[in-house]
Amino acid sequence: MLEQFDKAFESRIRLQIMSVLAANESYDFSSLKELLEVTDGNLASHLKALEKEAYIAVNKSFVGRKPNTRYVATEDGIEAFKRHLKSLEKLIKQQK
Amino acid sequence: MKENEALAELSSIRSLMERSAKFISLSGLSGVMAGIYALIGAFFGYRIVYQTGAGLGYREHYVNDQFVITKLSLVALVVLLCSIGTAVILSTRKARQKKQQIWNAASKGLLVHGGIPLITGGLLILILLYRGYFGIIAPACLIFYGLALVSGSHYTFKDIKWLGFSEILLGLLAALMPGYGLFFWSAGFGVLHIIYGLIMYYKYDSSK
Repeated sequence: MLEQFDKAFESRIRLQIMSVLAANESYDFSSLKELLEVTDGNLASHLKALEKEAYIAVNKSFVGRKPNTRYVATEDGIEAFKRHLKSLEKLIKQQK
Repeated sequence: MKENEALAELSSIRSLMERSAKFISLSGLSGVMAGIYALIGAFFGYRIVYQTGAGLGYREHYVNDQFVITKLSLVALVVLLCSIGTAVILSTRKARQKKQQIWNAASKGLLVHGGIPLITGGLLILILLYRGYFGIIAPACLIFYGLALVSGSHYTFKDIKWLGFSEILLGLLAALMPGYGLFFWSAGFGVLHIIYGLIMYYKYDSSK
């Protein structure tokens, strides 16, 4: 039962990032930072971890001269996120 | 992980998904205020068009009078600016209470997707005014405003979509009944705003 929980989502911030990316086409770094109320470094390290799992993809572009980094959930990422939600639901049902 | 922890986790995920994708700081009260401004504006509009003398409501001025058009446009502009100003102030206050950013991905989406039909409609209405097609102005205002609401509603409360559909319907009816522009305009921008504003106020604002 417990192994169904994704290791990548053990961290609350990583699960929160996935929730945001699952609900939106894409999201940029600064909006994510404001929404989750985390520091630059903290967010960057969690994003890196999710990127390593190939759960999210990064799109780098420029708006004028400012770099604009947008994050997108991959199909794998969405699948993993859904599996995680299912396990949470299962856990609730089992204990009822 | 315990059951209630899992429940808390699920509800926090849901709230985050909603907060990230939808602009939920939109104030219901600002809708009510916009409706009141519109009704006041419509009252002045009525006075401008139908100069009532001694209780007899006969039409002294016609809408194709250049001076009347300028005055009506000015009233509409004041109503629009007051409504936008109130919406921005009240929504900023609500966002601060809910500890949300007023300028986030969702409000940007709302502005862009609502703005495209709105600006298109606004420009078209200016062109219609310029070319003298006065009869179609009120229906065009309602229809384009409704389209803007439907298109922007993806980024905020679902109620906005229904407000949009109602505005479109009123606009089409107004187009079918020439001469009742001001009546439909007051119904759409006045009464509907007050009704939906109150619904949204009781649904989302007052409980929190």
